Amino acid sequence: MSKRIIIDPVTRIEGHAKVSIFLDDAGNVSDAEFHVVEFRGFEKFCEGRPYTEMPGITQRICGICPVSHTLASAKAGDALMAVNIPPAADKLRRLLNLGQFIQSHALSFFHLSAPDFLLGWDTAPAQRNVFGLIAANKELARAGIRLRQFGQEIIEVLGDKKIHPAWAVPGGVRSALSEEGRAKIRAWLPEAFATTKVAFDLWKKTMETHQREIQIFGNFPSLFMGLVAADGTWEHHGGKLRFTDSSGSIIADQIDAQNYLDYIGESVQGTSYLKSPFYKPLGFPEGIYRVGPLARLNVCEQMGVPQADAELKKFKKLGHGAVTSSFLYHYARLIEILASIEYVERYVDDPELSSDYLRADAGINNLRGVGVSEAPRGTLFHDYTVDRNGLLQKVNLIVATGQNNLAMNQTVAQIARHYIRGDGQIPEPMLNRVEHGIRCYDPCLSCSTHAVGQMPLHVQLIAPDGAVLNEVARG
Amino acid sequence: MAAKTLTIDGKQISAEENETVLQAATEAGIKIPTLCHLEGVYDVGACRLCIVEIAGTPKLLPACTTKVAEGMEVKTDSERLRKYRRMILELLFAERNHVCAVCVSNGHCELQALAYSLGMEHVRYDYTFPKWSVDTTHRLFGMDHNRCVLCTRCVRVCWHIEGAGTKNVSGRGAKSKIITDLNQSWGTSDSCTECGKCVMACPTGALFQKGSTVGEMERDRDKLEFIVTAREKKQWIAD
Repeated sequence: MSKRIIIDPVTRIEGHAKVSIFLDDAGNVSDAEFHVVEFRGFEKFCEGRPYTEMPGITQRICGICPVSHTLASAKAGDALMAVNIPPAADKLRRLLNLGQFIQSHALSFFHLSAPDFLLGWDTAPAQRNVFGLIAANKELARAGIRLRQFGQEIIEVLGDKKIHPAWAVPGGVRSALSEEGRAKIRAWLPEAFATTKVAFDLWKKTMETHQREIQIFGNFPSLFMGLVAADGTWEHHGGKLRFTDSSGSIIADQIDAQNYLDYIGESVQGTSYLKSPFYKPLGFPEGIYRVGPLARLNVCEQMGVPQADAELKKFKKLGHGAVTSSFLYHYARLIEILASIEYVERYVDDPELSSDYLRADAGINNLRGVGVSEAPRGTLFHDYTVDRNGLLQKVNLIVATGQNNLAMNQTVAQIARHYIRGDGQIPEPMLNRVEHGIRCYDPCLSCSTHAVGQMPLHVQLIAPDGAVLNEVARG
Repeated sequence: MAAKTLTIDGKQISAEENETVLQAATEAGIKIPTLCHLEGVYDVGACRLCIVEIAGTPKLLPACTTKVAEGMEVKTDSERLRKYRRMILELLFAERNHVCAVCVSNGHCELQALAYSLGMEHVRYDYTFPKWSVDTTHRLFGMDHNRCVLCTRCVRVCWHIEGAGTKNVSGRGAKSKIITDLNQSWGTSDSCTECGKCVMACPTGALFQKGSTVGEMERDRDKLEFIVTAREKKQWIAD
C-alpha cells in the first residue's frame, strides 16, 4: 500500500510550507511535492494604483529582499516610460543590488544553512540554528552576522533605510552616493574580504566531508536560467536572459526580458499557492529549470572580477558541463558574495556615482513593461500592464522560488528515496536532510506567494488512495 | 475695531472683534490642532479637530469658526478634547484607504503628523476599505480619492484664490467625493488652469504631482498665503 509523507512545517526558510512525499505500493518513494500554504494576492491589489508607486508597494512583499522587488519594479517602470536611465543611476542601482546579494547570501549561508553542515545533521533542532553556531564558534557567527550587516549598510547608505528604501524609481534613482557613504563602505571592505575567505576555507572542508550530500541533494539534470552580459559575463541587474542545459550548452541566449512569455510558461497546481514556471519550448514538466546562484554560475562564462573568476574556474570543474548538484548552491552563493564585494570595491572609487543626473523623465510610452533583475535567489520578473494614464491594469510577478519549485520537488524526492526503505517508517535523519535540501535553494515563500511568516515543517506519508499513513510535524 | 478680552488655557488674551478663537490662540502662541484650516482661505469647520471647550457651553466648538467674545473662557487641551480628536482621526483613517508606508506624502502628511502628535496608536473601528479610484488623466497632477479626507482645501483655493471653480464636492456623507467640473475626469476639464494650487493645499497624499513616488510629495503652503497677501494688501512678502 502506498503512502504520503508530509513535512510541515519546514523551518529556517522564509515563509510557511509543507512537504508531501508519495510512496508506491512497495513503500518506495514515487514523488514529492513542496507546498506553499499561504496566499497574499499582491498581484491583485496593486491593480488600479499608479505605476510610480509600485517600487514602494511591491518591495513590501518581503523584508529580506525588498531591494530585489524595488529594482525589478523600477525597471518595469523604465520599460513603461520607454527610457534609458542615466548611466550613474544604473551603476547606483547595481551597487544597491550588490549590497542586497551580500546581505541575503550571508543570511542564507551563516544563519540558515551553516548550522546544518557545521554543527552536524543530527544535532538537536534546538541547537541547530544560528544560536547554536554562536555557542560553537562565536567568531565565525559574529563574522557572518557582520558580513550581512555590511550588505545592509550599503543599502542604508544609498536608500536611507536598510529595509524598504524608497530610492529606486521609474526612470532612475532618487539620490547619489555621498562622500560619507563612500568612506563608510570603503572602511568595511577589508573585513568583508577576510570573512569571505574564512567562509571559503570552511566550505572547502565541508565539501570534502559531504560527498554524499553533493550526490543526493538535488543532483539531477535540468535547465538553468539567468541574466548574462552580451559577452557572457555574470550579471545581476542588466544584461539579457540565457538558458543552458545540464551539458552546459546554451539553448537560448540574449532573450529580451520583454519577450519572456515566449520562453517561460507558468503551471498552476491545486496543492500549492506557488506557481511552477517552465521553459516553454520543452513543455511542462520537462522544461524544469533552476535559477539562483547555481544557475547564474552555470550560465555565465566569467564573473568579470579576478578573485571570483579564480573560484568560478574551480566551481565549473565540479560538473560535467553544468554543475548539477543543488548542494553546491552554497558554494555558488559564496562565489557571488566574493564577486559582489569585488564589484563594490570598484564602484566605491567611481566618481560617476556622485553624479546629480540620476533620473530620466517621461510619461507612459508603452502600455506593457517588464522589469527583470537578479534577486539573490534567482531571476525576478515584474510584468505590468497599464492604461494610458499609468494605472496598473494587470500585474504578473515571477519570483525565484517559484521557478525553483519543480527542482525543489525533485530534490526532496531524491533525498527521500535515499532514506526511505519500503518499511513505511519516516527515519529521523531524513527529515533534517529533506529540510536542508529545500534550504539549498534558500527559498523565500514570502516572495514566491507574495506571503509572509515563519516556516514550520510537516511531513505526511500518503498512500495511493490519498490516505495519510504517517505524519511528523514540528513547529 | 473693538478689542475683546478672553482667556485661553488660563492666559489673558486681547483679540480683535471678528477674530476667531483659532486666530486669537495662534497670535498668543497657543497651538490648536487643525486639518481643514489653511492660511489664506476662509474656514469651514469641516474636520472638527480644532474643537475647544468654552465655559458655559456644553457643546465642543470648532476654534476655526467660533468668534471671540468678551469674557470667553476657552480650554484647548483636556482629556475629553484629546479623546474626541483621536476619535475623529481614527474615523478618518477607517473611512478611506490611508496606507502611509507607500503613500506619496509619507513623512510630509498633515494627517499622519496629527496621528503621531495626538497619540493615535491604533484604530478601534473596522476599516471600511472602500473602493475609490485614482484619477491620473491630468497632464501634470493626480487625484487619489483613497487618501482624501474631504477637508475641501482644494475646493476653496480653486474657487477663492485661483478663481477657476474647477474643484467641487459631490455626494453626501462618507460617499462625498471631490470632483472636477461636472464630475468628469480631470484631464478633460475646461476650467482647470493647471495652476497647481489645489496640489499645494492638500494636507494628505490625495492630490499629487504626477510621477511622485513614495514620500516624494512635499508642498509649499507659504505660496498660497503669499499670493493672498500680495493680492489683498499689495505686499509681496516671502520667507
